[in-house]
Amino acid sequence: MQQRGALRFALTRLLSAMPTLFLIIVLAFMMMHAAPGGPFDEERAMPPETAANIARAYHLDEPLPQQFMRYFGALVQGDLGPSYRYPGYSVAELISGAMFLSLTLGALAMLCALVVGIAAGVVAALRKHTLIDRLVTGLAMMGISVPLFVIVPIFVLVFAVNLGWLPASWSGTDSRIRYLLPVIALALPQIAYVARLTRGSMIEIMNSDFIRTARAQGLDTLTIVRRHALRPALLPLLSYLGPAIAAVLTGSVVVEQILGIPGLGQLFVRGALNRDYTLVLGIVIFYATLVIALNLIVDIVYGFLDPRIRNR
Amino acid sequence: MRYPAQVFGITVSGPSRMSFCHTADRLRTGLMAFLLLILAACGQPAQVEIRALNRAIGPEPETLDPQLARTTQSHTVLRDLFEGLLTYSPDGKLVAGAAERWTVSDDGLTYSFWLRPEARWSNGETVVAQDFVYSFRRLVDPKTTAFYAETLVNVRNAAAIIAGDRPTESLGVTATDRFQLTIRLRQPTAYFASLLAQAATYPVNEKSVTALGETFARPGNLVSNGAYKLARWELGLIIALDRNEHYWNNAGTAIDTVRYHVTPVPSAELFRYRAGELDISSTVPTEAFAQMRAERPEELRVATFLSTYYYGFNLNHEELGSNPKLRQALSMAVDREALTEKVIGRGEQPAYSWVPPGVDNYEARQLSYAQMSAAEREATAKRLYAEAGYNEANPLHIELRYNTSETHQRIALAVQSMWRDVLGFDAVLINEEFKVLVANMRAMEITQIFRSSWNGDYNDAYAFLSIFESDNPSNMFGYRSEEYDSLLQRAAIQPNAERRRLYLEEAERVLLADHAVMPLYYYVSKHLVRSGIRGWQDNVLDYHYSQHLSFDPAR
Repeated sequence: MQQRGALRFALTRLLSAMPTLFLIIVLAFMMMHAAPGGPFDEERAMPPETAANIARAYHLDEPLPQQFMRYFGALVQGDLGPSYRYPGYSVAELISGAMFLSLTLGALAMLCALVVGIAAGVVAALRKHTLIDRLVTGLAMMGISVPLFVIVPIFVLVFAVNLGWLPASWSGTDSRIRYLLPVIALALPQIAYVARLTRGSMIEIMNSDFIRTARAQGLDTLTIVRRHALRPALLPLLSYLGPAIAAVLTGSVVVEQILGIPGLGQLFVRGALNRDYTLVLGIVIFYATLVIALNLIVDIVYGFLDPRIRNR
Repeated sequence: MRYPAQVFGITVSGPSRMSFCHTADRLRTGLMAFLLLILAACGQPAQVEIRALNRAIGPEPETLDPQLARTTQSHTVLRDLFEGLLTYSPDGKLVAGAAERWTVSDDGLTYSFWLRPEARWSNGETVVAQDFVYSFRRLVDPKTTAFYAETLVNVRNAAAIIAGDRPTESLGVTATDRFQLTIRLRQPTAYFASLLAQAATYPVNEKSVTALGETFARPGNLVSNGAYKLARWELGLIIALDRNEHYWNNAGTAIDTVRYHVTPVPSAELFRYRAGELDISSTVPTEAFAQMRAERPEELRVATFLSTYYYGFNLNHEELGSNPKLRQALSMAVDREALTEKVIGRGEQPAYSWVPPGVDNYEARQLSYAQMSAAEREATAKRLYAEAGYNEANPLHIELRYNTSETHQRIALAVQSMWRDVLGFDAVLINEEFKVLVANMRAMEITQIFRSSWNGDYNDAYAFLSIFESDNPSNMFGYRSEEYDSLLQRAAIQPNAERRRLYLEEAERVLLADHAVMPLYYYVSKHLVRSGIRGWQDNVLDYHYSQHLSFDPAR
């Protein structure tokens, strides 16, 4: 009975994600085409004949609804279309080429953020109002408020240009040491959030009745944290994972630009600046699907952990 | 036990404080293990490789298909991969390329080329005249959708082919022999030879294009006839080229491997150069220029470049269009010396003509006030502004548009304050994304004054002057002058170089007298070139073929 409930819950969430996705596609399509300038506009104007030839070849001369139908028709068959900017490359190809790297960096950054953030949060909570606590809270505040486009260049200047420890860019070396800078940069703001969240909920839990009971039984703090406090304290983190993954994806746009990483973020920025309609739409759809899917997974996991949500 | 604080207090201060230290220790151990794990993953040292030339390219090239390429970035890489009938020497002179010699008929209408029999494609096949016939037809074929199709517009029938009115076979380009090519023009075109050194007219391998379709220009597929061949292209990262052993002058190529690094952010590019990852930078950011000049004077290469930075007037705008005195006042009130020396300070030269210096066989006309002192200029500007009907009580309301960039912003702010100081009005500054600005400039509806720049595709004054012709698609000024048009038309059909030059110079005089545009400064090319690199020569085209470069063996 419970399993069927869970399945129904998952299916409902999946179906309700569909209209969201469709709306995103329509909006992204309209916004891209509403932005002035097209994929083939440069400072140098083309003669009208050449411009007409190009417009015809890419169906840009058709009315917008017709262009949308053409795009959507291909999309439901799994075709994201050709890139306007990179002749000879399909959008699917460009995305799949860049996807792996971005997802790897994102996953590593999330892992790093969870491990370091939870550890720091727990320590800070247990030593509430001490120097360590203030240090962690202060650093976390800084991690949240200093933007990546400030942090990353400083890191590059210090560790690559001045100290020469790390490469200044992705193509600077083939060694895996090039993962270090982007992962840390992407992880930093998340470490901060995770640490703050963990600290907050840990303090709350440590003050609750069942912990008091545990203490009364004479258990030491380590055992209490490990056996009783940590799991409930981390529950709020679970619901933060969705926004965190979205934040890592947005952050990658900045980090990839500065460090010259050939991932989705860089592709997205170039696509937008070049008005590569199909490429931008393709990446938007990919990101949207990813975020929706991850949120769905979080919801389902949450549902399993906390039946109150599932039954609502 | 009922007092939680107490319980908590006791446990923290009591024996379990020890165990907390344990917790911290364990956490620390865990952290260390985690970091070690990352380090272990990073532990492999970089392989020692053969010395490659690492060049920054700027934003990523969009394609390596010579006929479809649109940006200077693509053209830079294509110059290493392909060779046109003609090419450029390290100092920017037009010289023989895939053709070993050529002749032009007296009427300037027929060009004959003799190809080098020893020229080879990177797959070993011989480069023949038919390859060029195929590629030129491909360029003008409407199906190719080439951005630069107009390059060949003066070749007989090209215009009709581009418009879809004639078959591509009717193009005035014929292979009269295996190695001989004849090109017939519809009108004399003084700069035609230089077009044959442009990427759009590079040959492509017919067999490979036919067999592979639009994927022919990819790594592993691309067959090229230049000093290098395409080894790999990791999108967004790097384009690597290897020596083309079949190239006819392979013995003249010194560097085996060239890597073009994608560097979309100039400040990040500079970091990479300073960290030793790049040998040649694509630019030098304005904010770091002074520092680089102080720290690395022998690596900094600044040279005249065929490009003019300007503010354009939209003459369709009522006040600007109807009021030449106002336009002149606006232009005269700008202190170009202060702009180039104090605001930008990268060696740019103040511009008092539209056509920049360095253009072959041409003496640019100057704005009437070029020789005036700053005080004279200001006084005249004030007088003209008043004569145009503006004063303190009735100041000019005008918008200045520029595309997002720190340099453009600094210049716009400086010009705004110069106008305020000299003429006493406040221009409204509007900052737009590049594509938005271009779209607005082209529409000529909401633009008033706009920032832009123009660089010559070929080294000829016509490359600059043509955009002010009434029907030129790049005329974003709304400038229409019968006198100007007729001078350019007469220049266009004039086979005599000297007479043609006079027509062009006269046309520029007309343009400047009409104050249709405000040239501000001439661009310079800016690169950092590591001192161990030989063969780099500054030139007005800013073309630097990798085949002309080498490493200093002493370094």
